[in-house]
Amino acid sequence: MIRVQNLVKKYGEFTAVNDISFDVDQGEIFAFLGPNGAGKTTTIKMLTTLLTPTSGSVELDGLNPAVNHHDVRKRFGIVFQDPSLDDELTAYENLELHCILYKVPRKVRKERIERLLGLFELWDRRHDPVKQFSGGMKRRLEIARGLLHTPKILFLDEPTLGLDPQTRNHLWTHVQNLNREERVTVFLTTHYMEEADRVAQRIAIIDHGKIVAQGTSQELKTQTNSDSLEQAFLTLTGSTIRDETAGGIDQLRQMSRMWRGGRR
Amino acid sequence: MNAVYVLWIRQLKRYFRSRARIVGSLGQPLLFLVALGFGFGPIFQRAGQGNYIQFLAPGVIGMTILFSAVFSGIELIWDRQFGFLKETLVAPVPRIMIMVGRTCGGATVALAQGLIVVAICYVAGFRASNFAGWPFAFVFMALIAIMFTAFGTAIASVLSDFQAFQLVMNFMIMPLFFLSGALFPLTNVPRALQIVAAVNPFAYGVDGMRAAFTGGASHFGAAADLGVLGAITALLLGVGSYLFSKIQL
Repeated sequence: MIRVQNLVKKYGEFTAVNDISFDVDQGEIFAFLGPNGAGKTTTIKMLTTLLTPTSGSVELDGLNPAVNHHDVRKRFGIVFQDPSLDDELTAYENLELHCILYKVPRKVRKERIERLLGLFELWDRRHDPVKQFSGGMKRRLEIARGLLHTPKILFLDEPTLGLDPQTRNHLWTHVQNLNREERVTVFLTTHYMEEADRVAQRIAIIDHGKIVAQGTSQELKTQTNSDSLEQAFLTLTGSTIRDETAGGIDQLRQMSRMWRGGRR
Repeated sequence: MNAVYVLWIRQLKRYFRSRARIVGSLGQPLLFLVALGFGFGPIFQRAGQGNYIQFLAPGVIGMTILFSAVFSGIELIWDRQFGFLKETLVAPVPRIMIMVGRTCGGATVALAQGLIVVAICYVAGFRASNFAGWPFAFVFMALIAIMFTAFGTAIASVLSDFQAFQLVMNFMIMPLFFLSGALFPLTNVPRALQIVAAVNPFAYGVDGMRAAFTGGASHFGAAADLGVLGAITALLLGVGSYLFSKIQL
């Protein structure tokens, strides 16, 4: 379903993704793990038509995201790592907008929105603008939105960051159901090793833009002589802490707050 | 097509929900109208040019649309930084549709602002000569709105941070406005200024709108106004769509 060969992405001198290759089969749940700044999100961006690779080839369902963007976009759904909601719209409006963009038939639209808002316990707040939501609520809404349409491939980029255990449990149960019943292929990244261990059939570990190991959870544990995936992960990627490049986004958020208070 | 509609509606909702933005953006035109209109009015009159408010109002209406349209286009930077852009860019909707939806939305907001200022101008004493001119004036207003929303979108497609916004405002939009004949008649100004105005698309917009509202002769000629404005709008829409389709995140 996903085939990546010798994929490279360079930003000037810096190589974010350095010659990686992997395959994800149809109906598989595949976890892509790595420390901060390892190249996970960059890889997902290339898979989802948001970035063009420097070199190497990518295929989604037999199509090249850099060329057939439109056909590729019809095939996947994604929950982004960073926020991507419209803060000025209400929760319901955000979901409705998504349904229209993804051509969810009008008849099922309402029922699906209701079900997912219910599942993630946001139904009571559906008419509140998203800007009044807490971080966790926004995250839940974002996930609910990602599940509104049933794509062939579902990308989940650190979907559980900042979620409570209840919501995480809901999310993974739902994802596993989708995978079982609708044969949705799932490509996920997470920092919680036990989640990857629980849901993923195969795992790849990326560090400094290179894939350092891939296989089933059991294979990775055997390969590194560890009892847990977490330990295997640490053995493979070392224990130094990585700095993420500080985003201009944080600065901008600061500025926007100033703006809204002052001039707007 | 639904995608265009929903993105258009989104822009309108955002605008009408932000009362601060509506009120705030009326401050500047009001100031221009009061300070310049009433301040220079007597001198204008004594120079034998007639009622200054009558002359200035179309310029101020044009200004409102210009600034508001560019700002709507530039909002793209906002959406990029706050992530919403991603949501639309990965959707199975051709990017041209997204661009069209955004541009329609931005242009409608700019036009709404413009119409509010028309009302304010009426309160300040501006009078259109006859109602036959209104539809033409509206066409010019719409063209200014679309042109500069597309312009803002094109700019925002290649800029990724908001710091550059000030640069665009001060070095592109302000000169477009001040060197356009929005505030003074172009007939007797120095040759250099006339030439600058002749290559300024906004000047044609204001000129056309003014002629339509007041029934007077237009500086460039109504056909030239419409032709230039239409051509540049089409060009900017093309450039904007192209740059928008090339956005990477």
